[in-house]
Amino acid sequence: MLQIDCPWCGMREEMEFSYGGQAHVAYPKDPHAVSDEDWAQYLFMRDNPKGLFLERWVHSQGCRRWFNVERHTVTHEITAVYKPGEPPPAAKP
Amino acid sequence: MTASTDRVSPLENWTARFAAASATPVQFSIREVAFATHINLRVDAAAFGAKVRAVLGCDLPVVANTWTTGGECSAIWLGPDEWLVVAPDGRNESFCADLRTALSGVHHAVTDLSANRTMLEIAGSDARVALAKGCPLDLHGSAFKPPQSAQSLLAKSQVLLQCVDANPVIRVFVRNSFAAYVAEWLLDAAAELAASRNLDTPRIANRLA
Repeated sequence: MLQIDCPWCGMREEMEFSYGGQAHVAYPKDPHAVSDEDWAQYLFMRDNPKGLFLERWVHSQGCRRWFNVERHTVTHEITAVYKPGEPPPAAKP
Repeated sequence: MTASTDRVSPLENWTARFAAASATPVQFSIREVAFATHINLRVDAAAFGAKVRAVLGCDLPVVANTWTTGGECSAIWLGPDEWLVVAPDGRNESFCADLRTALSGVHHAVTDLSANRTMLEIAGSDARVALAKGCPLDLHGSAFKPPQSAQSLLAKSQVLLQCVDANPVIRVFVRNSFAAYVAEWLLDAAAELAASRNLDTPRIANRLA
């Protein structure tokens, strides 16, 4: 089981959290102008890297807040946790 | 035949079983604290905490997973902009109205949740161990003490724990529909501890040390 460091509550067990998929998938600025193919791309297609992955989690049984996690998909090692609106670790200067 | 309009708490019929389980209160006691006023409050505490304090007589805790008390109320941290206000029975309508008046024009939400949860108050030297059997939190006396609170899972049921006293006295806020299940689970956990204490006193003493 993962130990996840909720930005508000601190280290808690994975069973208190729910997974929210890939982070930083931006909603199209003008959804009506998007082609069917691009809309499907936005809705359904996600990265599936072997390595570090930025993903969303929600502390659903705790403070019920969403946040972002950088997790290695092979080792499950969590290398960063940051609040919504904050830049991912690699983008930091 | 007319139906009774008396309200019934979720654990109304458990009084005798709770009394039996609380026979040795130094080790374990359990009771229901029913019908308290529960109000969910969402507001920017840094900017408008003073308005809330004027109504409740209680500061909103800004440190995560802690609670404060003042006046008739306790305020328990639920999230960075969300609190549960616990007050005596019957104060829900007046507090909700007063909060809405005080916060009018401010981005906020006041929701009366008095019928959402009931409280189980457990105490005694077995209380922490009994909870720890079904809860992933560190409930040791050095890690969970007043004024701390926590939202977590107890035997797969979502609960809010409030450490009222280090002795310990711990309040377990549980949804009404889960109350009987959680009560049954707690009584079973405590019964097992009581039984194993009779069998193996030093081992239990070591676990509690």
